[in-house]
Amino acid sequence: MLGLGVDRLQADINRLLTSLFHQGVLDEQFLQLQQLQDETSPTFVYDVINIYFDESEKLLRSLRLLLMDREFSDYKKIGLHLNQLVGSSSSIGARRVRTVCVAFRSASELNNRPGCLRGLEVVEHEYHYLKNMMHELFQLEQQRLLAAGVRYPM
Amino acid sequence: MATTSTGDIEKTKSVEVKKKLNVLIVDDDPVIRKLHEIIIKSIGGISQTAKNGEEAVNIHRDGNASFDLILMDKEMPERDGLSATKKLREMKVTSMIIGVTTLADNEEERKAFMEAGLNHCLAKPLSKAKILPLINNLMDA
Repeated sequence: MLGLGVDRLQADINRLLTSLFHQGVLDEQFLQLQQLQDETSPTFVYDVINIYFDESEKLLRSLRLLLMDREFSDYKKIGLHLNQLVGSSSSIGARRVRTVCVAFRSASELNNRPGCLRGLEVVEHEYHYLKNMMHELFQLEQQRLLAAGVRYPM
Repeated sequence: MATTSTGDIEKTKSVEVKKKLNVLIVDDDPVIRKLHEIIIKSIGGISQTAKNGEEAVNIHRDGNASFDLILMDKEMPERDGLSATKKLREMKVTSMIIGVTTLADNEEERKAFMEAGLNHCLAKPLSKAKILPLINNLMDA
């Protein structure tokens, strides 16, 4: 009975991941991250994703502050922030976030402020969706590990 | 040491301890630094990190740094990868330097980065599959 709990949770994890790949939220780079996780780095995926969340939120806050300033004109800074967001999103397999960041960057290269504001909203939306999905994945994974640690009664 | 059926001790080759690959990871993005650290660890190497090109240069200033490989990001604050690579070569640093670029970098930018003194250039995201052939060549050399 307890083994079924682990199997069910694993099935839920697989279903969620399949859905995220199918939606284009994640790409194969995320699989590369999973393959790098082993007994010497058992929480690697969790650790690197959380670093990504911390850094991305700093960048998004900075982007919002820059664009909300009525006298804003530093499109170069916007471009630099977006380059970093594109790079780190690629590196964890966050495909949709990366794609919308590239679109946002195009608006900044044209010094298009309304385009940048729209771009920021889209990036924030995609980022929060990804974050919610990752939290769900990590919760399932944690439940699965706990369930797997339960001994069968003799 | 193995013994033959006659009991003679067979000479064996001495076991050579493989030197661990020592890598300097230079990138302003902590996500990339963490990822590259784990990639290097997964292939049996050890790594040190620097947040930008200026830190990478400073690590080499006393002449005692000895890295087999430097993974050098291109766009960084303080000192970018191009400038850091040029400076390290001027300082007679002979480590293999692999430049790490993004898809946004065009051919001219990549060429300029190579000409600064890189041995190779790879596009993000890095993976074991991308980096292993270059490292194997380095270890064989």
